[in-house]
Amino acid sequence: MSFRAGPRKGENYELSQDLNSEYRDKRKDAIKRVIASMTVGKDVSGLFPDVLKNMQTDDLEQKKLVYLYLMNYAKTQPELVILAVNTFVKDSDDPNPLVRALAIRTMGMLRAEKIIDYVSDPLQKCLRDDNPYVRKTAALCVAKLYDLKPELVLENGFLEQLHDMVSDSNPMVVANTVAALSDIHASVTSQPDHSPDDPAIFNVTTSILNKLLIALNECSEWGRVAILGALARYKTEDEKEREHICERVIPQFQHVNGSVVLAAVKVIMIHMRGIRREDLLKQFVRKMAPPLVTLLSSPPEVQWVALRNINLLLQKRSDLLQNEMRVFFCKYNDPLYVKVEKLDIMVRLASDNNVDALLSELKEYASEVDVDFVRKSIKAIGQTAIKIDSAAERCVNVLLDLIATRVSYVVQEAMVVMKDIFRKYPATYEGIIPTLCANLDELDEPEAKASLIWIIGEYASRIDNADELLNMFVDTFTEESYPVQLQTLTAVVKLFLKKPDVSQGLVQRILNTATKDCDSPDVRDRAYIYWRLLSSDPAAAKGVVLAQRPPISLSRTTVSPALLEELLSEIGTLASVYHKPAETFIGRGRVGADSVQRKGLDLVDDQLATQKALQTVAAGQQSENLLDFDDVLASDSQPSGLAATTIIPQTPAAANLLAGTSANPLDDLVSIFGGGGMTGTPSAPQNPLGELSFGGDNGFGSPINSVPPSQLGASSVTSPVQTQKPQDDLLGLF
Amino acid sequence: MASLIAILDLKGKPLILRTYRDDVPTSYIERFMPLVLDLEEEGQQVTPCFSREGVNYMHIRHSNLYLLALSKRNSNVAEIIIFLHRLVSVLTEYFKELEEESIRDNFVIIYELMDEMMDFGYPQTTESKILQEYITQESHKLEVQVRPPMAVTNAVSWRTEGIRYRKNEVFLDVIESVNLLVNANGNVVRSEILGAVKMKCYLSGMPELRLGLNDKVMFETTGRTSRGKAIEMEDVKFHQCVRLSRFENDRTISFIPPDGEFELMSYRLSTPVKPLIWVEAAVESHKGSRIEYMVKCKAQFKRRSTANNVEIYVPVPDDADSPKFRASTGSVQYAPDKSCFVWKIKQLGGAREFLMRAHFGLPSVRADQDAEKRAPITVKFEIPYFTVSGIQVRYLKIVEKSGYQALPWVRYITQNGDDYSLRTAIEKSSAPSVPM
Repeated sequence: MSFRAGPRKGENYELSQDLNSEYRDKRKDAIKRVIASMTVGKDVSGLFPDVLKNMQTDDLEQKKLVYLYLMNYAKTQPELVILAVNTFVKDSDDPNPLVRALAIRTMGMLRAEKIIDYVSDPLQKCLRDDNPYVRKTAALCVAKLYDLKPELVLENGFLEQLHDMVSDSNPMVVANTVAALSDIHASVTSQPDHSPDDPAIFNVTTSILNKLLIALNECSEWGRVAILGALARYKTEDEKEREHICERVIPQFQHVNGSVVLAAVKVIMIHMRGIRREDLLKQFVRKMAPPLVTLLSSPPEVQWVALRNINLLLQKRSDLLQNEMRVFFCKYNDPLYVKVEKLDIMVRLASDNNVDALLSELKEYASEVDVDFVRKSIKAIGQTAIKIDSAAERCVNVLLDLIATRVSYVVQEAMVVMKDIFRKYPATYEGIIPTLCANLDELDEPEAKASLIWIIGEYASRIDNADELLNMFVDTFTEESYPVQLQTLTAVVKLFLKKPDVSQGLVQRILNTATKDCDSPDVRDRAYIYWRLLSSDPAAAKGVVLAQRPPISLSRTTVSPALLEELLSEIGTLASVYHKPAETFIGRGRVGADSVQRKGLDLVDDQLATQKALQTVAAGQQSENLLDFDDVLASDSQPSGLAATTIIPQTPAAANLLAGTSANPLDDLVSIFGGGGMTGTPSAPQNPLGELSFGGDNGFGSPINSVPPSQLGASSVTSPVQTQKPQDDLLGLF
Repeated sequence: MASLIAILDLKGKPLILRTYRDDVPTSYIERFMPLVLDLEEEGQQVTPCFSREGVNYMHIRHSNLYLLALSKRNSNVAEIIIFLHRLVSVLTEYFKELEEESIRDNFVIIYELMDEMMDFGYPQTTESKILQEYITQESHKLEVQVRPPMAVTNAVSWRTEGIRYRKNEVFLDVIESVNLLVNANGNVVRSEILGAVKMKCYLSGMPELRLGLNDKVMFETTGRTSRGKAIEMEDVKFHQCVRLSRFENDRTISFIPPDGEFELMSYRLSTPVKPLIWVEAAVESHKGSRIEYMVKCKAQFKRRSTANNVEIYVPVPDDADSPKFRASTGSVQYAPDKSCFVWKIKQLGGAREFLMRAHFGLPSVRADQDAEKRAPITVKFEIPYFTVSGIQVRYLKIVEKSGYQALPWVRYITQNGDDYSLRTAIEKSSAPSVPM
């Protein structure tokens, strides 16, 4: 045999000898050893012809092993695979359906050019086989073939045959047929330039719909998932049809398999959209809740998938699970990824009625060992305070208790959270400022420090020794991190504006240091702006630095409404657990402005489109970002741009926009000014001044954003609708 | 949909893998572990699925193994993750333990199973009873070739025809697991009952079964009044043999059962439960020298019931040493590997109450005092002939063509769920408010 050029000794040589042995047992044993070597990653492709000789056998196990070998090495030995074709074709005619199915299944997996053309005939036969087991295998084989050589499928009319098989008498065959058609559909539609009437597109028609609804109740769990997937894509004609589908799908909520439950939830969420009868909608939501809760008794990985999906569902239907907060309480042994998701959902479900139970749980979590979890729990306390006004005081008391533990990371996180509470409820909790300041020495994390400095600056007039405290930070100014520097700078200016007599020297010193000895352009620029402001028009400075800040609130959604709808149509898939549209992670480049626009967003101009794209991506990446603004989303469909800009997005477009900036949104604004902003289209801003308050409230890179009625600072400035004096001064600066 | 499924050891080395689609090269498996380590290093959580460079990694952990699925599409992750769990349970039923060793010893059959359970990335048959009918560990005799059981593609995909028993019997086990969380003040924060009806079915032919429970919703919809208590199940899950649309219509549980042992249904109730076994611990800690526990355990159920195999796990500091125990009943052992001691009581009668004391030495120097874990006390127990919810099997009707008589046997049991825990008060503050 000329093609066997392998060595004459060694393991492979021995194997080759045994594979050619005259004894059946020895040959079979050798095949097993070959597969064993393959399993541990040794290259046994050289034995191809020897293994191939053992293909014709009555021993099913041996046949399976040889087939397995072929699947693995067919690609490396394409010219030899042709030798196997005869056996395959013969096997696909075997009296035993198991052998027929095995042959057709394996042939589809060989993926060698040479053999493909030989698949058609046996496949044709198997699609019409008497045995449903063979038919269901053959159905999927069509999808395999399409993946390799679509022309072949079209030429042989396999697609039409699949369409016929949707009416097969056997529910499992129907299910696999649907899976195959959907798979082909998915690969066609993923091509950017597919035509809308490509024959491979699988449109679920009304007649198919009825067949699917019948098969749904009879097929195996995995078949149900496939069928429900197709039902989700059905375009309903009228409300009655939608109701009909929902009613037929709802019994699937009782299925023990969680993926069937989620697939059913998906169908309901999609077809619910067109239903207007409130009572029916309420009923659907009510029936959806218990099965979702039950998913929390699954293994942790399944729980996690369920929790991510529940999070999305709650953003759409806040009435879902409203009395079920307790089931989300963390178990001591839950993995961290489950606990974190539960925290988020608990805050979402927090209300006047359950806030006490929630707070006592969160306090308990804050004394656990895992630092990450503790921090997130403290954050959740802050979010609760911001969400529920009446509970704010109780939250503050819990935070004070936590600060009293003097555990470093607890104190620091509590400090950051406290700042948010001060922003939401200005001038309400001044009494606790001394307690906070007492912990000044414990702070070593920039965010915590910056938070405390912000508080000192904000309440400078009511803290007697504010100048002393700030003096400490000015002394170490150059050693601090940039966020702390920025905050110190702003706080000192605030102090100066409030108590000019005691801090004249301090402000001089810091402006000097910041403009001369500081190597961050952000800090320097801000210092220059302040300096100019203070020296030219102190009244304007007051108007800018001490401006009323827009209120903050807890958002109901972490993604834009359009994206939320898209993700709800993808319940149970990767997109729904990442909270990102599929285009962002399936490899064909990242989401761009136009791809988002294609999703039917009402966008007026390109600039807005870009902003929206940024926000979509950024919001997706910051899915834990609960504190976001929602007023904007409610008031009009304008994109909320600041959310996108405060977070450093990773899209190329965003990178351009924010090139070289730190976590300071002020600079983001500035860079917008420098970019397309000056020529931007006027978009009817209502309160540009609020946006431009240099109070540095946004300077933490914290998850809290202000709620400016108009986000596009750029266009705001160029279109002075509300002309105010300080604003004019500001414009002068640029 | 999955392109590839692999079982990896803890180091991320693949023990066995199977490609279902061509779009993800097998080399991506080796990137999994480094990615996990990177995520951990960056302080991010390693979630069950993540995406890198267009490839999605979906995985589950099973003892010392990772089961990993890769995909390039926006796959149905719920399906894949649950499939991976199913793969674990099928392999466990085949080999008792699923671990590195058993995978290496049985690679041939695992390949066969992986080939049968998934095709082109779509899950197919995952019922291990059916799989065992045509994928067996002994190689087949050459004369008799196995064929695919009808069941694989039947509407009744879980039962083969032609089953015969001399004596037709059905055993029903109603098992309720109680999950409960009590906070340090002694209040029940969360409680739920997870119930399961397990069956052992030894019936001939294709029997039609109908199960009647004291289901409140059923009584209400049919307008019947129940004698005695009816229970309100919050969510019910059924084995795939139960006709779901039937249940949705009139709450009838009708089915053709699989042969042998299976879980017919599970249900959940979130009605508040009072702790069946109440445990409280008074802790007195003298930093740097010793720590003392006084544990009280009380059976808060009726006198005529008895809890069996009660095990109470009380956490102690990791560095506790030289244990001394004194218990009014049962035995106590120190389990340093779990940082706790275990008080075992073989039989605990209803309404009884017992005390135990424990004394540990503590090292005089402590590394870091604030890293103190405060794990809750956990309890394991089993109370036979008793259900917390009050669920009852009213009837089990069995109808088969041949018209044989079969007797159902019912057994009830209540036990701890996977989270029956009682939080302890912070040490030094001499624990709970209840005087002892």
